[in-house]
Amino acid sequence: MKHDAITTTVVLSGTFGQERSEAHVGAETLREAKRNATLASGAKKLVSYALLTIGAITMVLPFLWMVTTSLSKPGSFSMWSVKAKWWEGWLPLNFEWKNYLEACRVVPLAKFYLNSLFVTIATTLGQVSTSAMAGYAFARLHFWGREKLFFAYLATMMIPGAVTMIPVFILLRHLGWVDTYKALILPGMFTAYGTFMLRQFFMTLPRDLEDAAKIDGCSLFGIFIKIILPLSKPALATLTTFTFMGSWMNFMWPLVVTTSEEKFVLTVGLAYFQSLYATNWTLLMAGSVMMTAPIILLFILNQRFFVEGIKLSGIKG
Amino acid sequence: MTLKGSTKEAIAAYAFLLPNFIGFLMFTSIPVIFSLGLAFTKWDLIAGPPTFVGLDNFFKMFNDPKFWKYCGNTTYLMASIPLSMGGSLILALAMNQKLRGVVFFRTVYFLPTISAGVAIYMLWRLVYATEFGYANVFIAKLGNILNIPLRGPNWLNDENWAKPALIIMSVWQQVGGYNMILYLAALQGVPRELYEASDIDGANGWHKFWAVTWPMISPTTFFIGVMSVIGGFQAGFDPAYIMTSGGPNGSTTTIIYEIYNEAFVYQNMGYACAMAWVLFMVIFLFTIIKWKVFHKFVYY
Repeated sequence: MKHDAITTTVVLSGTFGQERSEAHVGAETLREAKRNATLASGAKKLVSYALLTIGAITMVLPFLWMVTTSLSKPGSFSMWSVKAKWWEGWLPLNFEWKNYLEACRVVPLAKFYLNSLFVTIATTLGQVSTSAMAGYAFARLHFWGREKLFFAYLATMMIPGAVTMIPVFILLRHLGWVDTYKALILPGMFTAYGTFMLRQFFMTLPRDLEDAAKIDGCSLFGIFIKIILPLSKPALATLTTFTFMGSWMNFMWPLVVTTSEEKFVLTVGLAYFQSLYATNWTLLMAGSVMMTAPIILLFILNQRFFVEGIKLSGIKG
Repeated sequence: MTLKGSTKEAIAAYAFLLPNFIGFLMFTSIPVIFSLGLAFTKWDLIAGPPTFVGLDNFFKMFNDPKFWKYCGNTTYLMASIPLSMGGSLILALAMNQKLRGVVFFRTVYFLPTISAGVAIYMLWRLVYATEFGYANVFIAKLGNILNIPLRGPNWLNDENWAKPALIIMSVWQQVGGYNMILYLAALQGVPRELYEASDIDGANGWHKFWAVTWPMISPTTFFIGVMSVIGGFQAGFDPAYIMTSGGPNGSTTTIIYEIYNEAFVYQNMGYACAMAWVLFMVIFLFTIIKWKVFHKFVYY
């Protein structure tokens, strides 16, 4: 290619005294190439913006539908047809806030909310604290069987939840814990993933501070609380966020383990709601909005942790 | 009696480990072994203790055409993986153009992933409703504009359309999420010199992508692909339960949904455990194949 030979000559044999004419031609071609490049990058940017905007609209549209439906007149949905104006059902024109009240009335949504909150917070606290302690032990302390045990933890991370789900259910049934908060919280508190992630993080912390503290006579537990934990805020925040999300959205396990309405968490409660009011879309969507809005809000406020956490786990994976 | 320093440390270590370890024993390691044992029994939890039946569960499973149909469903639904990976890559490439408002876009794109759950499945059930669901109304209006009478399919009630419906929903959920972030990070890690060198060689955008970008991000592609497939083997419960009850005619039942049914609806604990272990072995096999075979395609 023409450009190929000339530009390569310019770059490679730059200062090796090539003839002026060659250098001129080389420089001109470079300028032209740069101009083309800027044009090309401008076009690229435009296309990218267009693509991203279309994508963004596609992402948001269903949420808009959800909100609009939740605010529509009850029963207006079966009247929908092709003849309706295109913006009906897409943009909220009615604001029937009483749909939300009605949803809370026919089904104890408030109770479901509280259950979800309680279970999620308890699970998260338990998971983070036990994982941090175990991670610290694996990362810094020496004890018999450390490597073998850690390998066992790692191995279990590969096992699908379906394998343990059934025996754990049988165990809980045997203990009489079915349909209790214990059954909802405890099994979710002990995943190997949290221990693994925190161990990896603790191992990256510099030992100097701990050594200094040991010399000053600080106990291991003291080191853990006063030095390790404060330094691990990002990793702890990430684990907390992911555990919280996972627990809030968890459906299959609470479905398996709870049978009475008053123990339902929000996910199970909504499914129950649907089984009662299968086509009452305005009410169902009101319930959906109530479940989705807090999570979205939480996400928007804590974005940083998510993105950093994903990069942490992705690159190390 | 004063203990040696190392013994003290060991005791402290066990103390730190204890809560997590008890949970590990109770809810992970012992159940795994128990489940393996149960796989060889027949048990309905009520009428007495489990009865040993040897390999019967496995024979029954492999001879059941419905089991193979569900395996087929699970695999079919994994078609969403390449689609959403491709979409994530395209979005990441667009986001990498040093545009303003990247954070805004990234937030918006993450919304479907972050809110995924029962509420969203209910929403999509509405979207796919036959008469007045958003999907069909959109198609009909498109038909109006083009002057062709278009009629959307019966989506979730039609055997042939239920899985594609779930795939579309799944792509919407995944495309702007974790994978896009990972690809973005990978793209930003590609050294600029490579692009400059390819510029000198006269490469156009297309060449540059295939010769430089694609190989350089192949570790990420590999990672995402493997994690997605492993996840895909175990997926499909929530949508099946909320949107289709595994139907119509078992066309959206995945392995995991079937395990749930066998265990908690039909009370066949032994059979369900056997199926869970088959699933585990499939994933295990896949992981081994991944290590032995696919590494050849990845550039480090």
